[in-house]
Amino acid sequence: MSPVIEARGLIKRYGRSPAVDGIDLTIEKGEVFGLLGPNGSGKTTTILLLLGLTEPTAGSIRVLGLDPLRQPLTVKRQVGYLPDQIGFYDHLTAWENLAYTARLAGLMSGEADGRIAGALRRVRLAEVADRRVATFSRGMRQRLGLAEVLVKQAEIAILDEPTSGLDPQATQELLELIRELADEGVTFVLSSHQLAMMQTICSRVALFRKGQVGLIGRVEDLTASILGGAYKLEVETEKADLVNILAGAPHISGLTALKTGHWLVDADADVRADIACRVVGAGGALHSMAIRQATLDEVYVRFFEGESHDVAA
Amino acid sequence: MMSRREGSPFAGLSTIALKEAADHMNSIRIHLVMVLVLLTAIGSVYAAIGQIKATIGEDQFLFLRLFTTAQQPLPSFVFFLGFLVPLVAIALGFDAINGEYNRRTLSRILSQPIYRDALLTGKFLGGLLVIAICLLALWLLVTGLGMLLLGLPPSGEEIARGLAFLFASFVYAGVWLAVAMAFSTIVKSPATSALCALTAWLLFTVFWPMLAPLIAGAVAPIDPLDPMTAVHQIDIQQAIARISPNTLYGETTLALLNPATRSLGLLFTDQLSGALMGAPLPFSLSVALIWPQLAGMIAALLVLFTIAYVSFQRQEIRA
Repeated sequence: MSPVIEARGLIKRYGRSPAVDGIDLTIEKGEVFGLLGPNGSGKTTTILLLLGLTEPTAGSIRVLGLDPLRQPLTVKRQVGYLPDQIGFYDHLTAWENLAYTARLAGLMSGEADGRIAGALRRVRLAEVADRRVATFSRGMRQRLGLAEVLVKQAEIAILDEPTSGLDPQATQELLELIRELADEGVTFVLSSHQLAMMQTICSRVALFRKGQVGLIGRVEDLTASILGGAYKLEVETEKADLVNILAGAPHISGLTALKTGHWLVDADADVRADIACRVVGAGGALHSMAIRQATLDEVYVRFFEGESHDVAA
Repeated sequence: MMSRREGSPFAGLSTIALKEAADHMNSIRIHLVMVLVLLTAIGSVYAAIGQIKATIGEDQFLFLRLFTTAQQPLPSFVFFLGFLVPLVAIALGFDAINGEYNRRTLSRILSQPIYRDALLTGKFLGGLLVIAICLLALWLLVTGLGMLLLGLPPSGEEIARGLAFLFASFVYAGVWLAVAMAFSTIVKSPATSALCALTAWLLFTVFWPMLAPLIAGAVAPIDPLDPMTAVHQIDIQQAIARISPNTLYGETTLALLNPATRSLGLLFTDQLSGALMGAPLPFSLSVALIWPQLAGMIAALLVLFTIAYVSFQRQEIRA
């Protein structure tokens, strides 16, 4: 795969304080890439830098091999952007809003009409195309924003908090659309606080901290790196002291007693069979054993442990 | 090494300008202000016609008097226009940029393949287009009303002077549109930027004519033993008064719509020797007379637009 976004030593300072402080980032074509981090950690500034909407203090960016500062028009023609709390012209209809941005994107009227009709069908807003956007729910607005990306036929879609404020059904609909488009080869860059959602959809994530990328990689890799094990096992036993039984057992990196007879085992491999053998061999009773996938929430909380999340955005 | 940005800074300009003009033309805010302008214009012109009818045959420029004649308690059409045109322009421009921030549409629009230059200039041109349409419609309405009620067509010179007056009104409105747009880029809240623009309007419309003599008196006091100090003070007063676009517009309309006006400043008796008092000035000389005022208004418009432009270019887009 070829990188569609490359940032090297990216720095953006507002006055003396750095909003982005030396970011290196490579995003491959067709990836769904997540930007995670507390408010003020530099996610939105990074997005604005990628779009050429703000100028970096230092460093270089390449989007589809182009410099967004020197070739912003070509970059913007191929990159769709759905900002946090997307705004539309409320007095215009859904169709008129899309027609306006299609004209700004340089599409001719006939071509734009075809694309708009197709995009509205795709995001299931065709029936309300002639309704004013003022009457739209937040979910409908988000889908309309995605329709704008479709009209542009963007190669890269950058979505800032796309599911914030959406109900579960609207969230699922939006995620489904993102999955469909990603399958068609559109590269997505998502910024969100909704970690469970990010875990389900992102192929890779970057954890931002104080303007820097603290961690970057696949969720499973980050879990291993931060939580010390890729596997978490919930074990329920009786008459078995797992501290003694599992002492020296291979692949096990941690053991936590949750309550009497309930244990949480961290391991870097699937050690269920070994645990079962050891518990039974020691004369204990094994009631249940379940593998629990470590969540992005746990990675996030552990990574940002002790940090204030109230830094101004 | 600096290299040029690709493409034209004005890509998308006409799309933005036409959309802005269409939005304004359909907005209730503009409809209300225009109804107010229309009613006052019709009222003042109708009252003026009553007075003009009494002097038909004595005046060479009847049509121009439609614009300048006042009948108590109604002021003249020109006075109304000078007072209300800034309001129309402020209504068009006070939320041009900060409104986009507040609707959270700015970053979405600027993520389209356009430059900020096009957005600001497009909004300005859209506003100017609406002003031009409104002023032209108003001018045609007044002229039509005059023809209907006076039963006389306007002469060629009256049409020329009327068109020049229309252009001057357009530039004057442009100045106030640029004031409103400058505030809309500098101030984040639309309500505050509207208040700032209205404060500027009140200052220059109501208070500036009162302040100018006071400032001139303080800067250049009159020496009772030196009559030239009085002349100097009047010169200073006039210069200060001309900082206000209202003064510039007032002088411009005076010279254009009253052809007998031979000077817009202080005149000594020896300068009038040989002049036929009350005789009209040719149109070209009237234009030469108002040229500094017109150039001053155009310069003010450009300076204010530049302030808006620089301020907008330096802003961080995060909405």
